[in-house]
Amino acid sequence: MNELVVCSGVGKIYDAVKALDGVNLQLPAGRIIGLLGPNGSGKTTLIKILTGLLCPTEGTVRIDGKEIGPETKALVSYLPDKMYYAGWMKTKDLMDLFADFYADFRRDRAEAMCQALGIGLNARIKNMSKGTKEKLQLILVMSRNAKLYLLDEPIAGVDPAAREFILRTILTNYSPESTVMISTHLIADVEPVLDEVIFLKEGRIVRYDSVDNIRSSEGKSVDEVFREIFRTIPMGGVWPC
Amino acid sequence: MPWKLQSDRPIWVQLAEVLTQRIASGQYPAGIRIPSVRDLAADAGVNPNTMQRALTALEERGLVSAQRNTGRFVTEDEVLIAETRKTLAQEELSAFCEKMRQLGFDANELAQLLQTKGESK
Repeated sequence: MNELVVCSGVGKIYDAVKALDGVNLQLPAGRIIGLLGPNGSGKTTLIKILTGLLCPTEGTVRIDGKEIGPETKALVSYLPDKMYYAGWMKTKDLMDLFADFYADFRRDRAEAMCQALGIGLNARIKNMSKGTKEKLQLILVMSRNAKLYLLDEPIAGVDPAAREFILRTILTNYSPESTVMISTHLIADVEPVLDEVIFLKEGRIVRYDSVDNIRSSEGKSVDEVFREIFRTIPMGGVWPC
Repeated sequence: MPWKLQSDRPIWVQLAEVLTQRIASGQYPAGIRIPSVRDLAADAGVNPNTMQRALTALEERGLVSAQRNTGRFVTEDEVLIAETRKTLAQEELSAFCEKMRQLGFDANELAQLLQTKGESK
């Protein structure tokens, strides 16, 4: 079986803080995978290691059999958790940028999706609402013919209708040969679109299983299981009255 | 039959139930081609692999069959569809009777109730 992503013993230490600790993962192609964990559990660190933006302190990572480098970056389409484009840029400037950088960028597709959403090609980023910016960014990222899509919090901070658009864009644009990894803590919203979920807790993988397995073995939704695993008792073990 | 997903059971099981109901009720008539996995998945807002699994379950029961390159078709076996419809009705009826039993109705009362309901319609 040819795995798309293989992480072995991956760890990342920031100064004295262990953000990731002994992560072993083998992800097949053709899946939509949820990367779930509370704030600070290491989701963004893991994604940034897969993109090549961060180097792991220990362990090895391979994507499609290759070590992280220019070759893997050509296969990976990454949606960061923050917008990083200059405010003066227009929609069409961003399309130029993507067309320059990525050979697999399908401009016609991106333009068609923008048109469907009423995002003008001459609209400036600084004049867009937060939701429009997120949608535009996702359109660009999903318009690449990549093997691995890494989406860091794609639905945080947008209204439920925009969330639905974003999830449908992911569902209709990914191909059976590619894998989509979505990090989020809004589990109930993404649960129906996921094949599998990875639970990260304090930099370690505590569970990696299919959504249907979790539902049939636990008799509850992934969202409920998540709340159980990550329930923290406030105020030193005493619930406040 | 709309897609309505509950949180306590596997999603594919629930999708298979909706598809079965659509066939039994005639919404997808015998012999007709059903929408593609992708379209069904997008419509239900679920993962295509999950929809695929639901359709495979229906294939195993003979309710749909996949034909190379042309898609999936509802069975032309009207007897099987009629049986499926009956089974679904039996299941609904059992659940209903159980609920009525919990409310303290016996078989006679229940029959009377159903008759009045039928007449009033």
